[in-house]
Order: sequence, then structure tokens, then C-alpha cells
Amino acid sequence: MADQQAAASPQRRLSPRQKQRISRGIQYGVLLVIVVVLALLADWPAIKESFLSSKVAGEGLPALFTVALKNTVIYTISGFVIGFALGLVLALMRQSSVAPYRWIAAGYVEVFRGLPALLIFLLIGSLPLAFPGFQVPGEVYGQAALGLGVVSAAYMAETFRAGLQAVPKGQMEAARSLGMPHMRAMVSIVIPQAIRIVIPPLTNELVLLFKDSSLVLFLGVTASQVELAKFGNDQASTFANPTPILVSGLTYLLITIPLGYAARRLEARQGASR
Amino acid sequence: MSTVEIRKLHKSFGKLEVLKGIDFSVESGQVVCVIGPSGSGKSTLLRCVNLLEQPTSGQVFVDGIELTHPDVDIDAARRRLGMVFQQFNLFSHLTVLRNVAIAQERVLKRSRAEAVRVARENLEKVGLSEKAESYPAQLSGGQQQRVAIARALAMNPSLMLFDEPTSALDPELVGDVLQVMRKLAEDGMTMLVVTHEMGFAREVADRVVFMDQGVIVEDGPPEQVISAPQHDRTREFLHRVLHPGV
Repeated sequence: MADQQAAASPQRRLSPRQKQRISRGIQYGVLLVIVVVLALLADWPAIKESFLSSKVAGEGLPALFTVALKNTVIYTISGFVIGFALGLVLALMRQSSVAPYRWIAAGYVEVFRGLPALLIFLLIGSLPLAFPGFQVPGEVYGQAALGLGVVSAAYMAETFRAGLQAVPKGQMEAARSLGMPHMRAMVSIVIPQAIRIVIPPLTNELVLLFKDSSLVLFLGVTASQVELAKFGNDQASTFANPTPILVSGLTYLLITIPLGYAARRLEARQGASR
Repeated sequence: MSTVEIRKLHKSFGKLEVLKGIDFSVESGQVVCVIGPSGSGKSTLLRCVNLLEQPTSGQVFVDGIELTHPDVDIDAARRRLGMVFQQFNLFSHLTVLRNVAIAQERVLKRSRAEAVRVARENLEKVGLSEKAESYPAQLSGGQQQRVAIARALAMNPSLMLFDEPTSALDPELVGDVLQVMRKLAEDGMTMLVVTHEMGFAREVADRVVFMDQGVIVEDGPPEQVISAPQHDRTREFLHRVLHPGV
């Protein structure tokens, strides 16, 4: 049937492979045109001067690493630790046989997933307005850890919940049949397995937190407390040149890309071992 | 005193009544095999003995202690009962040795050295000493099930419950597990075994219990229940099991 048609009109009919080749050729053509037009339109000297000034970039060293990156890592990790602990507690509360615990945990997750992280930071920053004299311990470091912690806890709670549910029911039954009380079985058997299951998504959460640590700038930080985003912004103002913003962006990628890669590797390995 | 005694046991899941009044007992040192079609309630019966399922009504006694009494410490009571599951349920994040040792340490409060010694002893018993440092995922199903048996034995139970221990195994691995169970029976362990292995039941069991639709239909020595069943339902079931495809 197809042969007959092809034989009847050999000139006008294109084979699927020919069509594919033409379509791909057009796509390459469009791409080439866009690249050429952009290259011609762009003001390269201005771009080089504004964004790739090695002189301005050099001014940021070594504080870029010794202060800004260091603080970013501190904010991220302290936030992650709080989020991890609180998230695990919330996930366990969601499985509680006491209904109010389940409601509280569910409410927490809904609220803190639904609010912009920025708003939480503004709220934490303005706590002293509500309670004069009140200070979060650790000043900006404490506030940052708290802000990043309470927000990431909501996401981690959901991740842990999925992890806990992914541990086969037989694990708990086997532990109970050996005489372990429920709590002991959770701690020794179920939670360690759940944490293994959620390591890849938690690594992704760490990447998100690393980026969200930029919100610390809304807490009002001193020069020694500055993190990457504010550091770049401050430097850009100082030198009236946006290069430092690009540099701090690259510094983020230095961490986030390998972490993201690690997360995918862990995920793949876990997928293979199941 | 019977090791296990069950009185007027009922169990419902919602509206579905799975056990409809079970009375039976297992004497110390006896091996009792429970057979019956799927859905007959035999696994539920076994799971009611160590209260993995809460009976709807009725009483369960183990070594004279009523497990169904509201004041009983169920975790303490379960130490007397070893359980082996169809799906093995080894702790996948722990090595074989830790699988066998962990409950000894956490529940019986044995020292680590003592727990490891007992663990190795029991792994020896099931022929898996050389796998002590392996993880469950590195073992065959038959090996995993033998570790599960060792894990339960390490708690010095007075009764071992087996819930279809060979049903999830490839046929060529069934023999090793049955061999371990046979040896256990010879050593005088009290055993309650839900199984489809008629050969094992006939050879090893002191008593065979046939269950159907939530009741015990027939209960007696294997030569009677398997070879000369009294009830039509038993005969029909055995015919289907022993002559599949006919």
C-alpha cells in the first residue's frame, strides 16, 4: 500500500527520514540566525567592562571566600540542621495516634510551605518590635538558622513522611515481634531506613536552602556577617560595576551544581539497588 | 500447661469476619502445622498469637500468661515468641550479624559481646556463619529466611511462629529452609507453622490443623488429617494441593 503510493508519486512524497532531516536543518538555521543577531547587536565592550571586569572581581578577593561563602555555608548548614530535626519531628507527629499532633503538623506544613520565605525573614527580623528586648540567640546567625530552619522543616517534613511510608510495613512488624516497643523500633529500625531513602531529596533541599540563604540580607547584617548575594551587591555599589554580582553568582554555582549532581547520582544508585 | 492456648478467638477486619471462634492449643515441644486454602484465616490466626493483629474477642495464652489481658506488657510477652515471616523482613540497613544481635541488645539488654556471641551461635545453627558481615540484599531468599530464623532463635523463644516461611522462595531454595526447621523440631522447639508444604507437615508435624473460612475443620495427627481426612472440605483441599492441575 505505502509502496504503491510512493511509486505513484515519486517526486512529491518525502520519506519520514527526509522530513526529519529538513526539520532539523531549519531548527539549526533559526538558532544560527538568533546567535548571529545577538552577537552583532550586543555592545561587547560595555558588557566586558560591566560584567567581566577582572580588576573589580579581584577587589572582592579573598573576602568572597573567607567571609561571604563561609557565611553562606554557615547559614545554610545551621538552617539545614534545624530544618532536619524539626522536619523529622513533624513527620513523626503526622503519624501520631494523637489527632491534635497530626493537625498541628499538617497545619505547620501548610502554613510554612504556603508563605514566601522572605516574609518569614521579615517576621523574624521584626520580632524585637513585638517583644522589646527580645533577641534570638546568636543574633543574625541565630535568626538566619531559625528562618531557614522553620521554612525548610515544612518541606523536609513532607520528604520524611514519604520516606517513613516507603519503609515496608514488615520492618516494623519484625521489630515488634522481637519485643521492641514501638518507639524503639522507630528509632532503631524504621527511621534509619527512612533517612537512607530520603538522602537524595534532602540533598536537593540543601541546594534550595543554599540559595535561600541569600534572604539573610533582609535581616540587616554587618560586614562580617555578609553572605554571597549581599556581598556581590555591596561590592557592585562600591565599584559602580555589576561584575561582583556575576562573581557571587558563579560562586553559588560552584556549590549548587556539584551538589545537584551528587543528588542525582545518589538517586540513581538508590534506584539501582532496589 | 500448654505453650499456646487459644479460646473463642474471633477476628474481624471491618465487616469481614476472618476468624470465627477458634479454640486450640499447642503443647510444649509439639510441632503443629496449619494448612488450608488462602483466605481461610490461618495467617491471621498466627498473627493473633503474638498480637500483631489485635483479636476482636477471645483469649490468647502463652506459657499461661494471657496476652489479650489489657494489663499485660505485650513487648515483654512477645519475647517468648519468635516469628518468621513470609517476606523475611530482615532489617535491610543492618548486616546479618547486627540483624541477629540488635534485639538482644535493645530488648534483652545483653552486652554487645554476649549478643554477638549468641548471634554467631545461631548463624552457625542455620549454616550461615560466613555471611555474618553481608547485608540482606546480598543474600538469596533462602539465606535471608534462615537469617530470619536465627534472629528469632537468638531471643530464646519458647515458641516459634512460622508464617508461610517458604512461600516467597524459589523452589530450589525451599529445601534448605525446611531442613533448618526440621532440625529445630528435632531439637524439641515448640513450633506453629502455617504452610503449604504437605511433605513437611506429614513428616515433621505432630499435629496438622486444617482451617477453612475462619474455622478449624479438622485437627489431628498428620497421618489422619493428610492421609485419611474425615471432612469433605479437607479432602477437596488436599486433592487440589496434592494433584494440582488435575
